[in-house]
Amino acid sequence: MKDEDSGSVLKTTPLDCLHQSLNARMMPFAGYSLPLQYGSGIITEHNHTRAKASLFDVSHMGQIRIHGADAAEALETIVPSSIDDLEPGGMRYTMLTTDVGTIIDDVMVTREDDGLFVVVNASRLEFDLPHMRAKLGADVEFEILKDRALIALQGPKAAAALADLSSEVTGMPFMSARTITIDRIETLVNRCGYTGEDGFEISIPADSAEDLVRALLADDRVEMAGLGARDTLRLEAGLCLYGQDIDEKTTPIEAGLNWTIAKRRREEGGFPGANVIVSQIADGPTRRLVGIRPEGRVPARAGTTINTVDGEPLGEITSGAFGPTIGGPVAMGYVAAGSSDAGTAVQLDIRGKTVPAAITTLPFTPRRYFKS
Amino acid sequence: MTTKYSEDHEWISVDDDIGTVGITNHAQSQLGDIVFVELPEVGSTLEAGDEAGVVESVKAASDLFTPVSGKIVKVNEALDAEPSLANSDPTGNGWFFKIKLSDADELNSLMDEASYNELIAD
Repeated sequence: MKDEDSGSVLKTTPLDCLHQSLNARMMPFAGYSLPLQYGSGIITEHNHTRAKASLFDVSHMGQIRIHGADAAEALETIVPSSIDDLEPGGMRYTMLTTDVGTIIDDVMVTREDDGLFVVVNASRLEFDLPHMRAKLGADVEFEILKDRALIALQGPKAAAALADLSSEVTGMPFMSARTITIDRIETLVNRCGYTGEDGFEISIPADSAEDLVRALLADDRVEMAGLGARDTLRLEAGLCLYGQDIDEKTTPIEAGLNWTIAKRRREEGGFPGANVIVSQIADGPTRRLVGIRPEGRVPARAGTTINTVDGEPLGEITSGAFGPTIGGPVAMGYVAAGSSDAGTAVQLDIRGKTVPAAITTLPFTPRRYFKS
Repeated sequence: MTTKYSEDHEWISVDDDIGTVGITNHAQSQLGDIVFVELPEVGSTLEAGDEAGVVESVKAASDLFTPVSGKIVKVNEALDAEPSLANSDPTGNGWFFKIKLSDADELNSLMDEASYNELIAD
């Protein structure tokens, strides 16, 4: 066992004191000190999220407001999804694409009355901003919301727990947002998440974040969970992690994100890399992101080579861990499109040993989003 | 029976010339939930500091080393079905392997309990 390197100077979130008081084990992530796990451990936190509700501090993520009535129309010039047809309060998952159709970042966009609220990956903020500014021009006004926390409340009991603080969340459709005053504090509540469960992401002024978290933690159904559980939950739910499963070398079509690109955008184009993306939709990509179930108990980590049963290289695992709900190892990775059908037997090379595995469809665990 | 500790956070408990090796409570707590343990092959001969296996937690894989040289005489097969034994009882039922020491003097370069507790107090 080697001790992990202690981090250099890391940024902290508005909930840092709370994490310390709860004895979180902190880890460096995207330049921030964030909780890997709390006392009960990743598996317990994961299972609690699937059974009840967990709170995650995701304040490291970039929160951006793009001002102006024409912000949605402008954003469509740099993402492949339909944004301009969103009603205020509507949300989309989409991505910034390069001129060759690969992914600069995956982002959540909420339409507001006079602009857009966009959540981007912490590690990509420094790339997203210059890209957006260059592409959208000087007339589009950006505001980076630096003084806000972002808290995710996820799990089948999330809605009931949050409704006890504000009945306004009841009945909100999944992928919708509402400005809600909780205990005299104005918050932006987005019904979305990254665990495969129903839930909310709440954008709140930094100095009110701890009060809200403590109010939610007073509910017996709610516990804290860290990045470790967030990763196993999203992996079982088949959700991509930027920097692992998607990046500037992968396209949305290779990653199975075709559903994010509406018919109008496919027909009209008008976003970076449209020619590549539209032709991949028509002809199929040469490789696809698939689920991988290794036999036995040994987890197959990112970087593991995927081979055919004859030992010919097929691709590589991009995310892999032990899936607590599945009760065994789960992974995602890219394989040649011709070998991407569910049920295809493959072999993994794990530390020089051959481990049999099967290609599966994603997600591993059914997504249980709220249906109104 | 003497118990010594390595800088890699392993313990070795020696009875005659057979050492039982596992990870310390500090190590299991740092690793978090252990989901798989790859153990050395019985009959293999290892030098002190050699890689003797891998401990997989939910998040990551960590190498396991042997604190002394010798021949592996037994491994804890209970860990195959229940790897979490290394979390719940790291210095008891969660032991990893037994090794027949080829050089008992190597134990002198390992830490006693007081020195190890000092190491992890930092």
